[in-house]
Amino acid sequence: MKILVPVKRVPDPDVKIKLKKDGSGIDTEGLKFVINPFDEIAVEEAIRIKERLGDVEIVVVSIGGEESTEQLRTAMAMGADRAILVVHPDYIDPPNVAAILAKVVEKEQPDLIIAGKQAVDDDLGQAMQMLAEMLDYPQATFASKVEIDGTKVTVVREVDGGLTTVEFEMPGIITAELRLNEPRYASLPGIMKAKRKPLDKMTPADLGVEVSPKLTVKAMSEPPARKAGKIVESVDELVKLLHEEAKVI
Amino acid sequence: MRCNIFTQEHEIFRRTVKNFVEKEIKPYATEWDEKEEFPRELFKRLGELGFLGIKYPEKYGGAGLDFTYETVFIEEMARGGSLGMLLSILVQTDMATPAIYHFGTEEQKEKFLKPALSGEKIFAIGITEPGAGSDVAAIKTTAKREGDYYIVNGSKTFITNGAIADYITLAVKTAPEKGHRGISLLIFDTGTEGFSVGKHIKKMGNWASNTAELFFDNCRVPVENRIGGENMGFYYIMKGFETERLSGAVMAQAAAEYALEIALKYVKEREAFGKKIIDLQAIRHRLVDLMTEVEVSKRFLYYVIDKYVSGEDTLTEITMAKLWIGEMAIRVANEALQFLGGYGYTREYPIERILRDVRLYTIGGGTSEIMREILSKRLLS
Repeated sequence: MKILVPVKRVPDPDVKIKLKKDGSGIDTEGLKFVINPFDEIAVEEAIRIKERLGDVEIVVVSIGGEESTEQLRTAMAMGADRAILVVHPDYIDPPNVAAILAKVVEKEQPDLIIAGKQAVDDDLGQAMQMLAEMLDYPQATFASKVEIDGTKVTVVREVDGGLTTVEFEMPGIITAELRLNEPRYASLPGIMKAKRKPLDKMTPADLGVEVSPKLTVKAMSEPPARKAGKIVESVDELVKLLHEEAKVI
Repeated sequence: MRCNIFTQEHEIFRRTVKNFVEKEIKPYATEWDEKEEFPRELFKRLGELGFLGIKYPEKYGGAGLDFTYETVFIEEMARGGSLGMLLSILVQTDMATPAIYHFGTEEQKEKFLKPALSGEKIFAIGITEPGAGSDVAAIKTTAKREGDYYIVNGSKTFITNGAIADYITLAVKTAPEKGHRGISLLIFDTGTEGFSVGKHIKKMGNWASNTAELFFDNCRVPVENRIGGENMGFYYIMKGFETERLSGAVMAQAAAEYALEIALKYVKEREAFGKKIIDLQAIRHRLVDLMTEVEVSKRFLYYVIDKYVSGEDTLTEITMAKLWIGEMAIRVANEALQFLGGYGYTREYPIERILRDVRLYTIGGGTSEIMREILSKRLLS
């Protein structure tokens, strides 16, 4: 069995992002980058499936600049077997991500694709659904539990107000929710082993994809500063303000 | 000379340690300090993650890496806010066990080094005595040979991990008449009859680490527990000081950076006289002075580490780093506290703790006076 896990390099979510003065993007000076936390959960899930089933190859793939090798090596240090970097340092939108991944899937023929439900940098959460459409694969998004029985995959999904359980036959796509698992640390021996694991590099052109973004980033700006709160005298006044000023009830 | 001693692997490792520290150290740092202890299981946890054996060979459960990886470990661990805990850990990895690795027998490495690196056993190093600190040759604890045993009598004090240790790398006099040429190192099992732990020693800082006085009353230690040759101990101790002082310097540097980080965060949030205090010139100038001091120290330290891992003689530079950075950390922590005003003086912020903790660094692992003495001998004679 083969599992493909797409991972994205994103700014450390624990650090406050600074914008460039001209608003053209974020200031990356001194900024640390990590694997998108949801993708890290996807890597962990693939490793757990491998630990349960034994004969599983885990391939991680990333689209980005040379520096994304750090995230691929981290995934391999956790336990992935090999990595593919599709070298494309510039901005890329979800349809093009999906187009590239579709070609990688064609080449690798994985039985399962597990990814994070969204990347925490742009929070779009579209690429995997688009990929499912392009490949005509079943998809189970926002997974909080994954079970595999032969070629049958059962996924518990988190939806508003509860859980739904879906089933599909491989091949198919799963996107990971926060509560799917808690990712392990990349151990020191794991990091050293990862150094020797194969990492292939290719360009979108090598895969026959010409990247033509339909989305472009025009400008970035800080969210407005939070205004000070107001202390009200009574419940009646609160209700009145919520109704008349905030217009929420 | 390289400017950066770290590779991509170091950065991945840094991430691992950082995540670990965020989840398993930071939330408990204050509690451990107040209770003057931390859970014994932490040694095991660190062992499982491979953090205790970074620079030891794989066959003893280590990772077979060099000191640059240990540097990453110490730097990130220091940011967890429990320098006392880190001190305990470094005694295990950098002070008590190197002698066994460098000069011990294969059997000793199997029996003692392995469980130390896995965290199953805790080590202390016993050199200091009530009447012998910097002057190691003045120790009075004796080990008299009787057949296949040494009979150990005497006492030790200020021993980090003293009350929690399973084993002590113990300095004893096997030939008292020969001064520093009469010292041997023994691996002492704290389960030995006649061994007792005296009072828990209360300290100014580093509360999370245990410090004890130890007593030895006719304790029988098998001769096979002697590290290396008889009467060779002084040389082994001096050799061990090199790594100990280098890791001490890394810890001091990281502590200074941590103190400065806290101050920086505070001045960006605190308002006075209608503006953030970071916008006051008196604050800004003092801050950049400290940032300069910390950065210059750090670059020198990285140069020393680079030279040390290349295998060249680095004793002079390590001694300089220990001296300079130990004193720098105290200055920086003291100044950093000032930025926080009244809050800095309270236990609401970790900065008062850092100041109390770093005060050790011109004393422990060789005093500044001894560092100056070593440097005088090496540079002026």
